[in-house]
Amino acid sequence: MTFEYSGAPESKAIVTIDPLYKLFIGGKFVAPKSGKTFTTINPATEEVLAKIAYAEKSDIDKAVKAAQDGLKVWSKMAPAERGKYLYRIARIMQERAREFAVLETMDNGKPIRETRDIDIPLSAAHFFYHAGWADKLEHAGVGENPKPYGVVGQIIPWNFPLLMLAWKVAPALATGNTVVLKPAETTPLTALLFAQVCQQAELPAGVVNIVTGDGATGAALVNHPGINKIAFTGSTDVGKLIARSVAGTGKGLTLELGGKGANIVFEDAPIDETVEGIINGIFFNQGHVCCAGSRLLVQENIQEELLEKLKRRMSQIRLGDPLDKNTDIGAINSREQLEKITELAISGDTEGAERFSAACTIPAKGFWYPPTFFTGVTQAHRIAREEIFGPVLSVISFRTPQEAIEKANNTPYGLSAGVWTDKGSRILWTAKHLKAGVIWANTFNKFDPASPFGGYKESGWGREGGRHGLAAYLKGAK
Amino acid sequence: MSDSRIDVKKTYKLFIGGAFPRSESGRTYEVKDSKGNFIANPSLASRKDLRDAVVAARGAHGGWSGATAFNRGQILYRIAEMMEGRTAQFVDEIVALEGVTPSVAKKQVEEAIDLWVWYSGWCDKIGSIYGSTNAVSGSFYNFTIPEALGVVTVFAPAKPSLLGLVQSLAPVLAGGNTAIVIASEKYPLGAITLSEALGTSDLPGGVVNILTGSPAELAPWASSHMDIDGIDASGLSTAQEKDLRIAGADNLKRIFRFKEAKSPQRVLSFMENKTVWHPIGV
Repeated sequence: MTFEYSGAPESKAIVTIDPLYKLFIGGKFVAPKSGKTFTTINPATEEVLAKIAYAEKSDIDKAVKAAQDGLKVWSKMAPAERGKYLYRIARIMQERAREFAVLETMDNGKPIRETRDIDIPLSAAHFFYHAGWADKLEHAGVGENPKPYGVVGQIIPWNFPLLMLAWKVAPALATGNTVVLKPAETTPLTALLFAQVCQQAELPAGVVNIVTGDGATGAALVNHPGINKIAFTGSTDVGKLIARSVAGTGKGLTLELGGKGANIVFEDAPIDETVEGIINGIFFNQGHVCCAGSRLLVQENIQEELLEKLKRRMSQIRLGDPLDKNTDIGAINSREQLEKITELAISGDTEGAERFSAACTIPAKGFWYPPTFFTGVTQAHRIAREEIFGPVLSVISFRTPQEAIEKANNTPYGLSAGVWTDKGSRILWTAKHLKAGVIWANTFNKFDPASPFGGYKESGWGREGGRHGLAAYLKGAK
Repeated sequence: MSDSRIDVKKTYKLFIGGAFPRSESGRTYEVKDSKGNFIANPSLASRKDLRDAVVAARGAHGGWSGATAFNRGQILYRIAEMMEGRTAQFVDEIVALEGVTPSVAKKQVEEAIDLWVWYSGWCDKIGSIYGSTNAVSGSFYNFTIPEALGVVTVFAPAKPSLLGLVQSLAPVLAGGNTAIVIASEKYPLGAITLSEALGTSDLPGGVVNILTGSPAELAPWASSHMDIDGIDASGLSTAQEKDLRIAGADNLKRIFRFKEAKSPQRVLSFMENKTVWHPIGV
């Protein structure tokens, strides 16, 4: 006898999607000079959701000018008053949370369970947290009289569209900067809904400006002489390109880039919790997570038992309609990303690793990839070295703690890592030797506005969140 | 009569891995005093010397960053003791090269030693002041600590030669990093004398490596070296710094230029913040 779930779809009625979205500049929605648009689709159905204005250089000029004008008001405002605007924004986001969650799920493809319980509440929490910093910046640890950069250009990815906006905009505003933000090409809708929130909060014109477009739009923003600092989240390759572009310009730069996180399981780990942690580490958000635990390092003597349990747990993962409240894995964000995941997974096959994929029904339309892991992976394999950014896990064994550390650190990335063991001293020893900015011990993929996030080595420059994250937006004495 | 005695002059060499080698290239260059008289033929370090220094610095990093902060602080303080004993030597060199009076030179040396002591005291305090426990929403203990970045290359300001060197090097070491110093081309003697103090201070070999020669020649190699994690570019021109940043992007080197001589931000700039989460439960 098998049990089937009945559908439990979240209603779409709560959102109204306009046929066309314009640019948000100087507090108003304005058409792009060229009149060009592009479309954004629902990756679970491939239906077009809306037309989006395509911003080019002249539009960026206008947005930067608006941000410079906004700066005159914003940087002179009493810090406590700035904070109140951020509190207002946080409250309106909480009020409209379900609307944001449904819209995010439709535009991104991630399950409603995640947008409802993680993306949107955390986004609001980021504004609430940073609101309280606005009038306490002399305690931020960057010196006695910290100053904002001015106009900050912010470029964010498609994997956590609203949350990445919150990570960027909230600290920038709290510290007295104004922003020109470019959301990802495939996921602009919640940023544009956020623009409406700014209007409802009566945020002064030009403090937040949102320009939609593609990589060329982002490049125009990075290279604009009126920008004082760039904050970028995305791939390491693009991050390096930006670092070269801003060299010698005096612009500030913070980067949150890729990762190839090691999730290390010692023989004494609590095995059922560990299996849940592995699942959460690699299959959360379809694996579209820069800090995903995409390399499972497991102590050799428990590998067989652990993988049997992992297979059983993977068979219970529900893949499908992202708006269904029972869905665990939603749609891959784009055809392009699906092709990238597919290509890298095939390299796993051809380089000699052994594939296991959970048996699940793939919907006829949309972009999907089943939860998958590879065994027999060596450190030279592409699937052990390159960021897949999908639900594909590479399993590598180790014998001693020293070997685990060597393998975990054998990557140019250094964003996240996990450690699973019952022994406290081993947790702290492992955490100490891992070259990674965030270590989850007996847990994984936890985020909080108070917790600094960011990478060592080629995973980026600077931190986001917590007191340390404020330094990314403040110029202190150096 | 003292007039009849012939001085025993010093051979000025590099400092790599705790040893004092000549440049593998066999090259030297001439250093003159402020009046144009010959002073010394220090080594003109090559790309290969730089690479050797990086190997030494990487090899020493585990031990140095893994030592207790108290132990690092003691060793750095010991260096100040050794510098104090060489005050006269530092003063003579500064007078000769920079052309300042002995009293001005002495003041510089004293400031440099005091600044070294100031930074040595940061080793076991930086984590308390700039780390944090973070009040996350949920049943987790969450803390952030600053840790050593890795291998840092230092292009210190050329003048004042000893003070400039100390303000760039000491914070790098206080943060637990190992270092490669590219000494000032025109005023290298203070760096060489410092290497003699370092060599007698219980500082493990390779923690500091000092190369003399041409910063302009070595900067491009330092910027493209994939095993260098950070660079203090304070002693380079803005044009050189730009090139450094372009090539340094290949491994996203942390590159800084500083103004303040005495600031914990210098220590923090070459540290990475690590955040650790653990559930709370029974």
